[in-house]
Amino acid sequence: MTHAAKETLVVSNLHVSVDGQEILKGVNLEIGRGEIHALMGPNGSGKSTLGYAIMGHPSYEVTSGTIELVDADGTRHDILAMEPDQRARAGVFLAFQRPMSIPGVRLADFLRHAVTNVRNPDRKEGHELMPMRDFRTELKSKMGELSMDTEFARRYVNDGFSGGEMKRAEILQLAMLRPKFAVLDETDSGLDADAVRLASESIARIGGAEMGILIITHHEQLLEHNIPLKTHVMLGGKIVESGGPELAQELHKRGYERIRAAYPEAAAAEKAMEESARAVSV
Amino acid sequence: MSTSTVTPSAPAFDRESFDRLVGASALPEWAIAARRQAFERLESLTLPDRRDENWMRTDLRLFKPKAWGPRPAPIRAGVADEGLLAPAILSGDLASESYADFEAAASPVGPATLGGRFAAVDGHVVRDELDPALAAQGVVFGSSDRLLAAHAELFRPHWFSVIDAGCDWFAALHAAFHAASAVLYVPPRVKIAAPLHVISGISEGGVDTSHVLVVLGEGAEATVLTETAGGGPAGGAGGFHCGGTEIVVGRGGLLRMVNLQNWNTGVWHVARQRALVHENGRLQWTLGALGSRLSQVAQDVALVGRGADAQVNGVMFTEGRQHLVYNTLQHHEAPSCRSDLLYKGALQDRSRLVWRGMIKVDKAAQKTDGYQRNDNLMLSDEARADSIPGLEIEADDVRCTHGATSGRVDAEQIFYAQARGLSADEAARLVVAGFFQQVFDRITIPQVREALARAIGSRIRRIT
Repeated sequence: MTHAAKETLVVSNLHVSVDGQEILKGVNLEIGRGEIHALMGPNGSGKSTLGYAIMGHPSYEVTSGTIELVDADGTRHDILAMEPDQRARAGVFLAFQRPMSIPGVRLADFLRHAVTNVRNPDRKEGHELMPMRDFRTELKSKMGELSMDTEFARRYVNDGFSGGEMKRAEILQLAMLRPKFAVLDETDSGLDADAVRLASESIARIGGAEMGILIITHHEQLLEHNIPLKTHVMLGGKIVESGGPELAQELHKRGYERIRAAYPEAAAAEKAMEESARAVSV
Repeated sequence: MSTSTVTPSAPAFDRESFDRLVGASALPEWAIAARRQAFERLESLTLPDRRDENWMRTDLRLFKPKAWGPRPAPIRAGVADEGLLAPAILSGDLASESYADFEAAASPVGPATLGGRFAAVDGHVVRDELDPALAAQGVVFGSSDRLLAAHAELFRPHWFSVIDAGCDWFAALHAAFHAASAVLYVPPRVKIAAPLHVISGISEGGVDTSHVLVVLGEGAEATVLTETAGGGPAGGAGGFHCGGTEIVVGRGGLLRMVNLQNWNTGVWHVARQRALVHENGRLQWTLGALGSRLSQVAQDVALVGRGADAQVNGVMFTEGRQHLVYNTLQHHEAPSCRSDLLYKGALQDRSRLVWRGMIKVDKAAQKTDGYQRNDNLMLSDEARADSIPGLEIEADDVRCTHGATSGRVDAEQIFYAQARGLSADEAARLVVAGFFQQVFDRITIPQVREALARAIGSRIRRIT
């Protein structure tokens, strides 16, 4: 492995099971800060599972492999040993495909807790929160940049939000938390063309040279302002092929037939996973 | 650890204590007569048992009536200020806690100024104050011992006539032995902005039998906050509160009433509370219940004049082996009235919460709009909540609905919040605070809202 001169998120030979069924079957991925990677693949190939495993969802069991944060000087931090909130405080972020609602908790109050913790990783509950005045100034300025109505911050977290509002709320949180590494899980799904364009521009503005971003998407529009350094294709729980931005365009235009034909083993795994999922749901 | 202060020689609620109480009483003869009547009634009654529908979910087996009686006055009247009686409900600079309140207030809001303060310890008045500016407007507030005789015309028609003093052993005990009680009268069209604060404290093993009577004249407005504090923890000497609250909202009046029950977890709490709301009067009545070993509370609202409106809120949080029972009644006696009850409870450990609610609509009460809802959040597998809504409708043109839910904190919500850097505990506390927010949103006094939120937030432990 090349010795990184910048911080990297390194996923090595990652195997993940849910309810005893293996979903990821050896994923390798390395993202440096400032890089944009696209992750594409058919439904059920394991893209969201990778996001959840990186963030530490308790239902996603890592059976082997590692996820590490590697500092510029080569120091490695084992992400798997951390609780999800410790991962967030270490600079990892997941924009949820389907964010949870928390009725009764205003987005602003939620974000104030989040921002305070992420910026003061050692903070214990009950310690001072970021001063309200400073927080509000920053929140209003970020919402302005994202063309969001400030009234939005007073609403309860994702409670009664439309699909588009939820995604915008996720982008706002990304902007406020400024993680080192972010996984954006279909942040474009459920949005109309204009909203996707706005999301794409927003992510580009937030990201910059400081953030490593893994964009999970079925479409290429979100990549319009976020040209991926690499595009990865996931099939049957593995990344089977990686390429440049042209690969994303190809998959968007032509689908996954070429991929399935080229990687029969992964295609068979995909089929087996589909069948077993069907058996479970019956 | 703690030794009981109840020695075998401690007075009980018996004839000897009663005669001593009457002998030392400053009350007018008509109030003493009511006491005597209640005492006679008490002597004919036994403790309620589980055959009584209101008490069938209340376990009184460990309640020893003879262990309780009038308590001596506290050694130092000065306990009132810093210790036991510091009003939790109003302390601190709370405005900066919530984004919405911060947005609402141009500059930080300090603790509310109080229009009057009344405090009692173990059934003895230790503080009795009213802002002279309010007194000049004809407002009467303070100790019943001092004010019933001087203002019989204001209080006599209502004193122990709103609640049924003879309906059970506890009600009769309260009516016979009430002490350190507070009364409030607000004259017609007088609007008081500053809350009036009443706090009852007890020492470990102490007893409180205080009564509260609030009378609002036509078009009058007021905010009343009542609090309880003290007593011993579970397993110790505990304490006993046997109280009563009577509310009369005159025509077109507006009363905001908040009762925060925050006893230590060894205290037996029995309270009978009833409000009468006259024509176009409005009542916003919020109960917060955090403490006590066992609570049995009757909270009744009677809408007796056309267009009367009552909003009833309940915020309950139980833990350990606490057992809280609430019987509520929304009684529509007049047409075109509205009542809206929302009780929300969160239960930890092996605690139990019972809500039994009734909307009763008399034949005359056409165009009634009645609603009741109870939501419970179960924070432990061993906790138990019972929601028993009921409707009893004799009119034919009404809209009455009820609902009840029981749920758990969703693990996906916790994960979502953790993914944003909140610890699992912090996330759980936020989710529970959010659960109560729907009630808090209805409470128009920020300090009260924040105090309840904070009291509840500090109680929530890690959810397993």
